[in-house]
Amino acid sequence: MSALGAAALAAALLTSIYTVVSALIGARTGDRRWVDSSRRAYYAVFGLLLVAVVALESAFLRSDFSLELVAGNSSTTTPTLYKATAMWGSQAGSLLLWAFVLSIAGSAVLYATRNRLRELAPWATAVMAGVATFFIGLMMAGTIFPSAETYPFAALAAAQVPLEGAGLNPLLRHPAMAIHPPMLYSGYVFFTVPFAFAIAALITRRVDASWIRSTRRFALIAWVFLSLGLALGARWSYSELGWGGYWAWDPVENAALLPWLTGTAFIHSIMVQERRGMLRVWNVSLIVVTFALSLLGTFLVRSGVLQSIHAFGESKVGPPLLVLIATVLIGSTLLIISRLDDLRSERRIDSLLSRESMFLLNNLLFIGLAVIVFWGTFFPLISEAFTGQESSLAAPWYNRYTTPVAIGLLFLAGVGPLVAWRRVDPAGLRRAFAVPLSVAAGAGVLLVAFADGLAEPFALALFVAGAFTLAAVGQELWRGTAARRALSGGSPLSAFTALITRNRRRYGGYIVHIGIALLLIGVAASSSFQTSRDLRLEPGDSGTVGDYSVTYVRPTSEIDPVEQKIAFGAIIDVRRDGEQVALLSPSREYFASSAADPSAPLRGFFEGEATSEVGRKEGAARDIWTAVQPDLSSFDPVIDRGDALFARLAKRVDPADEAAAGFIAAQQGQAIRSLADRYLNETPPAEIRFNVNPFVIWIWIGGIVAMLGALFALWPGAEARRRRVSDVYAAKLARELQRT
Amino acid sequence: MDPAKKRQIRLVVALSAAVLLAVALIYTSFNAANDAMEPSELLAAGPGTSFDVTGKVAAGSVENGDTLRFGITDRDGGRAVPVVYDGIVPDPFREGREVIVTGALNDQGVLVAEKDSLITKCPSKFAEEHGDDPNVIIEDG
Amino acid sequence: MEVLIAIAILALVAAFVSVPLRRSASSDGAQQAAADAALAALEARKQAKYREIRDTELDRAQGKLSEADFQRQYAELRAEAIAILKQIDAQGPALAPREPATDREGEREPGRGSV
Repeated sequence: MSALGAAALAAALLTSIYTVVSALIGARTGDRRWVDSSRRAYYAVFGLLLVAVVALESAFLRSDFSLELVAGNSSTTTPTLYKATAMWGSQAGSLLLWAFVLSIAGSAVLYATRNRLRELAPWATAVMAGVATFFIGLMMAGTIFPSAETYPFAALAAAQVPLEGAGLNPLLRHPAMAIHPPMLYSGYVFFTVPFAFAIAALITRRVDASWIRSTRRFALIAWVFLSLGLALGARWSYSELGWGGYWAWDPVENAALLPWLTGTAFIHSIMVQERRGMLRVWNVSLIVVTFALSLLGTFLVRSGVLQSIHAFGESKVGPPLLVLIATVLIGSTLLIISRLDDLRSERRIDSLLSRESMFLLNNLLFIGLAVIVFWGTFFPLISEAFTGQESSLAAPWYNRYTTPVAIGLLFLAGVGPLVAWRRVDPAGLRRAFAVPLSVAAGAGVLLVAFADGLAEPFALALFVAGAFTLAAVGQELWRGTAARRALSGGSPLSAFTALITRNRRRYGGYIVHIGIALLLIGVAASSSFQTSRDLRLEPGDSGTVGDYSVTYVRPTSEIDPVEQKIAFGAIIDVRRDGEQVALLSPSREYFASSAADPSAPLRGFFEGEATSEVGRKEGAARDIWTAVQPDLSSFDPVIDRGDALFARLAKRVDPADEAAAGFIAAQQGQAIRSLADRYLNETPPAEIRFNVNPFVIWIWIGGIVAMLGALFALWPGAEARRRRVSDVYAAKLARELQRT
Repeated sequence: MDPAKKRQIRLVVALSAAVLLAVALIYTSFNAANDAMEPSELLAAGPGTSFDVTGKVAAGSVENGDTLRFGITDRDGGRAVPVVYDGIVPDPFREGREVIVTGALNDQGVLVAEKDSLITKCPSKFAEEHGDDPNVIIEDG
Repeated sequence: MEVLIAIAILALVAAFVSVPLRRSASSDGAQQAAADAALAALEARKQAKYREIRDTELDRAQGKLSEADFQRQYAELRAEAIAILKQIDAQGPALAPREPATDREGEREPGRGSV
């Protein structure tokens, strides 16, 4: 089976090269036969990569340790879900994933445009196939340079095939982490499609909006995936890691955020080009930058260039990726410059008070935000270049600069829906802004009066802007429904439904804005108004954190032989005003190290990975969050004594004697159990971190709403059948307008 | 004011704002940043200034208790600088792992760490050459 | 073994991708297809224009546009739409435009439609 996969991968390389060549021939000569052949070849690449992926997955599911990848990332005791998703836990696997998703996205767009965009499609095919060739080529290069570790089907020599694999890092045995990489990669990959068509448009000088119309959906799909990937990462960090935060401005997090920022700007500015034919240079430049940032994101995660929690070490894949990024940037810039005359539009922005202006302002703010994040992320390299000293910036710096921009963007997210295209008349403006501004002002006053709003001015500003945006979008939905009813009657509900389904793009976008407002309100509340304390407690002790009293009721200890772990934890009772608010059971899990020293089996348990199981109670107004870290220093002498005993035993026993080995194993099990019991009876003190995080749940809710809004905007509407009408044009126009 | 003039003004305003932002970024970042140091460099630099110290947790040096104490050495080994740390200890923290901790040397040669500033790097598969983790603990993609 | 499989796979792929290459070079089919493509592009622009007109009407109904602004924009958009309709008809009598077997731009999900 793996042989089939390996053969398919090699064939995919040749096929994708053929795709590039035939697409270029078709593009240059206009011969449809070559174009059709190149399209088929691209479909074939998809088929071949599918075979490779299936082959690799089956190797994982079968725990076929003859493949280096499987031996290094999975084990027989790994749960099936994580066996299946372990594929992208490695460099070679993620390269395969990238290429595979690219083949899907490209096939989809080529199929959708097979009878359209005849001048653009061949060039776009060549670009997409070229990128695919790069990634497949990187993988195949791993057969020549095995140390690069890029070949997914690298096989271990028969003598080296282990009986058991290394298994998956327990920190990653979480559903969110299982799908986080493919979500991010899909986001990166789907941006390749608008990029390829932009290049095609530039080459063929067909720089009107047709390339945008056909690839707009792909940009939106990319946005949804990237958002999902970012949200999953944040959610995992919050619920699994012992620090209780969701975003650390870590370089790898930022690497995924950068294309999201420019991609969001792109989604807005292409609307201006579609409507008014403006911003053509801006749009092609923006998609080039977004694609380059997507490649950079892939590169950053795997290159070890920046110090990060996600330290993957130096990877050989870095330099080739950098070369690709440089080629993309330089090539595209030259192309854009050479087409500047075709790109310039005569139209200008009519008025500052128009949706076009707001979109342009929104773009500037997004770009500003991206520049800030980019600067901060690469600052260690920049500072080293300029001062010889590597310095890095931490979260406070990022927050200081990104927060004001975020406030501006959130406010704009409300203004945009309120103003019309081209020009808004001043009286119309007053009508539009009156209610939302009042709501925002009211919210501000209430917060200052009742919630000490002035103590946290940035949070206050975010709340006020969020209130404004929610009110503005709410007003739009309300008045839109009313206007619809005035135009064509019906009940409020049917008018509302008709309103949003007739214009999914606009109202889907409004829903996204609602989601973002909720999300930022959650962020503001949870970061500025968090209560956090570390308590050192023994069983029976209590502590006070703000309004809450926290009691360490009793310890817990558990052994899991399947997952090879011991969990020491605590039952924590949380009360407020005497009433129980939550009963939480955080714990710390210690996983046996698979390469443990057999003569120190007890110590081995505590030398492997340890994870925090967070105790959490979510609520609409606040989350209560605890993590526990037992102080096991008092156990050290006991563990050492036990290990010494086992070491003496092991020396006296013949390793081949199975009965004796069984006896020792049983004794070890007994020793572990007695350790667990000891924890219950002679419990050492534990560090308990206790956080009260207000409004965190709105971050997740807001994110989900935003993604649903984007999906709604993406969804094709039921189109009335278009019929050709053969009367006078004006009458035709009038009738068709009425019908829709 | 004719439209061309208006556009020019808008362009100038936008460019000035961009320049201002750039200057602010550059200025504050160089001031706000912590220099990264290895423990050996830190010893040479002496007490006082706060640095981001990157290194490995020295074997056998971890003491749990009210505060966490451990020794930090350069990646390639060498003399360990004692560290006193208060705050969250990340899950992957253990001997032999690479960590980053922010703090300043005090007069006794002990690195007094800032609260919650300890970052432990997730163990990497590609670190075989360092011999960090013989039991190949795998990282995410 | 792997080499044999790879060769077999490549043979299959080659057969698949060479199908279009075995057609004769020129055909009326090509012309028809080109005309279809041009028509589809025009249809897409028409749909976009209609969307703009609808949005403008809704904006006026909501009071965002003054009557004067609305009339001006509406007239502009109408003229642009009529120009597109004229172009569609100019494609016109020589070709009976085929119905949604070809993709419709705008609201269709990519990849949907009969094979």
